[in-house]
Amino acid sequence: MGLDIRLPIGLMFTLIGAMLAIYGLATASEPELYHRSLGINVNLRWGLVLLAFGITMLTLFWRGRKSNGR
Amino acid sequence: MENVQLGFLDYAILLIYVVFVIAIGFVLRRYLKSSSDFLTSGRSIPAWVTGLAFISANLGALELVGMAASGAKYGMATCHFYWVGAIPAMVFLAVFMMPFYYGSKARSVPEYLKMRFDERVRALNSVAFAVMTVFASGISMDALAKLLHQLLGWNYHVALWICSAVVLVYVLKGGLTSAIYTEVLQFFMIVLGFAPVVYLGLRDLGGWDAMTKALQGVSVNPAALHLKEAGVSYAPDAWTSAWQPLLAGPKNNPMGVDCFAMVFGLGFVLSFGYWCTNFLVVQRAMAARNMGAARRTPLIAAVPKMLFPALVILPGMIAVALASMPAKNYRIPPLALEEKAIAAAVAAVKESSSADPQAGVPEVIERVSAAQKGVNKETGKAKKLLGFDQAGLAAVIKAYAGKPIDADKALRAEFVAAFSNTMTDYEFNNVIVSLVRKYCPSGLLGLALTALLASFMSGMAGNVTAFNTVWTYDLYQAYMGRNKTDQHYFWMGQAATVAGILLSIACAYFAKQYNNAMDIIQLVFGFVNAPLFATFVLGMFWSRCTGTGAFLGLFGGILTSALFHGVTVAEGKGGWLGMQAYSFPSTMAQNFWLASFAFIACFVLTVVISLLTQRTKTNEELKGLVYSLTPKIKEEGTAWYLRPATLGIVLLACCVVLNLIFR
Repeated sequence: MGLDIRLPIGLMFTLIGAMLAIYGLATASEPELYHRSLGINVNLRWGLVLLAFGITMLTLFWRGRKSNGR
Repeated sequence: MENVQLGFLDYAILLIYVVFVIAIGFVLRRYLKSSSDFLTSGRSIPAWVTGLAFISANLGALELVGMAASGAKYGMATCHFYWVGAIPAMVFLAVFMMPFYYGSKARSVPEYLKMRFDERVRALNSVAFAVMTVFASGISMDALAKLLHQLLGWNYHVALWICSAVVLVYVLKGGLTSAIYTEVLQFFMIVLGFAPVVYLGLRDLGGWDAMTKALQGVSVNPAALHLKEAGVSYAPDAWTSAWQPLLAGPKNNPMGVDCFAMVFGLGFVLSFGYWCTNFLVVQRAMAARNMGAARRTPLIAAVPKMLFPALVILPGMIAVALASMPAKNYRIPPLALEEKAIAAAVAAVKESSSADPQAGVPEVIERVSAAQKGVNKETGKAKKLLGFDQAGLAAVIKAYAGKPIDADKALRAEFVAAFSNTMTDYEFNNVIVSLVRKYCPSGLLGLALTALLASFMSGMAGNVTAFNTVWTYDLYQAYMGRNKTDQHYFWMGQAATVAGILLSIACAYFAKQYNNAMDIIQLVFGFVNAPLFATFVLGMFWSRCTGTGAFLGLFGGILTSALFHGVTVAEGKGGWLGMQAYSFPSTMAQNFWLASFAFIACFVLTVVISLLTQRTKTNEELKGLVYSLTPKIKEEGTAWYLRPATLGIVLLACCVVLNLIFR
């Protein structure tokens, strides 16, 4: 099938991860927001995890495309 | 339940997800040329994609909320639905059954039955399956819309129609391929959306050991949390061990199930009946690009399936542990009262006397229960009384009696919260959402919510794509419109998609309106499904099995289930034939035993009738459909460690190890 599913998965999680991480950075000085999550800035930390996952998926997509192109 | 406020970022995440799934549908549309591209995705998808879709299609339909609920009610024993009730069957499907499904070139499971037996068996199976998928997706959409209403205050109708519309768009545009691709996306969304919630919950408790310790207290005295009647006590490991409580007998575990029912009823009959014959999941494997990929699909799916208890059952156990620690200020979500029951509570408490609140308690309970559960026509009393903490309710009556709780909006909300808090009937299905509310700040909240939505959508899309294929190929093409052009079937597949979604919505409204009727319908499906695996296993491994034998055997099995349910009782269910031959400690035990009896009846009847009837298919016709008449698949091209049998043995070994660790 013409679409490699790793592309949309990678794009979506890169986008969501980046948004969460940036929001986490911007709200790093608001401890009351993270009272719920036991004082952990989960937006920043989990945002970075999602970002890493998204980028991994994109890398796999590019590598897959390269090897198909050859 | 007080509504949660979503921030801008939460909505943005939700929106990004919706845009991506719809975009996938639109991109894939370009590649659709024939009805088989639309309905069976032209058999072109790699194994890891079909594998994750396989698990995601199953993960939808109430699995997420339902398993967390069971985790709370029964603890670690719920893992049997995974380690006993799924993995062995998935390995069996891959190693033994997939070659026939894929190799026979059947486009659906009912079509395989037609090739192996005859039209009658196919008709019985396809009609039952088509109706079941529609009801299943309707029930799950109803649950989703209710959840969104309770959690976010969204309008029930708007939530229902919008979610269905999103599914409609991407399935209609991209067909089965689109459903499978979005299921993979949804798989990652669900895992990555809920993992942080589980982590935070466990951390809040103080880690695994602290949770175990708290649950030991719960096991010894479950009545303290109103999980069981007063006086019931289990061994300390009842909530934290999978096997020990089961081996101690049905009276000694919260599930009320014995070992034989668990291993044979669930682990063999129900599990193999679901994983090996349900077209909803088998369809994903049949869409794989070649035989090897098709056989690896359930094996790849088995890996996450084995680990899922950490994601879906653990939250339920965390919730119970939290509720047992007063300092954590957490309650298991109370039963959601309907609007009319809340109104009854407001009126009843307002009219009570604050001077003697204790005296008002029975009256309030009666009126609220009557509004929520309905009134028994003969006695004029509520059909069933709801559970309340009597002292707590008296305190609430004392605080609010005579106050303007019907007029003052803020006061009313405050009262409703306090009133629900005294309830001891729980809505276990809300456990996972209550943890999301407790731990997720804005941002993560949007992600968790999107994960929830994704799980429901993947379930609905799974049902709809299975429905449109069975309708088009097994009902329409077989009985109504033979020999039409492929374009016509393509069109019919799309029409069936729209119809399937509309019927699901209708079923959702039906479920909302007639809760009891829905329970009966699900019960009847249970009767139909219970004996199914006997027919398949005999068909695939015994060439002498005839169409008449299979058809009548299946009927006999269904009849046996109904009769069995008619003469046994459990928790007030069953026994509708007026006589009670046996009483089970729980409906789950009744269900497992029912399946065992139905399977045996179907198996014996099919064998006997087959021996009494003439074969209608020659050995040549059954080639590729029956094990002994099919040449073994040559696997020289595949490395030994990639062969299904090797992978299957490794998976089973891992599964045994998990069972031993958490015994």
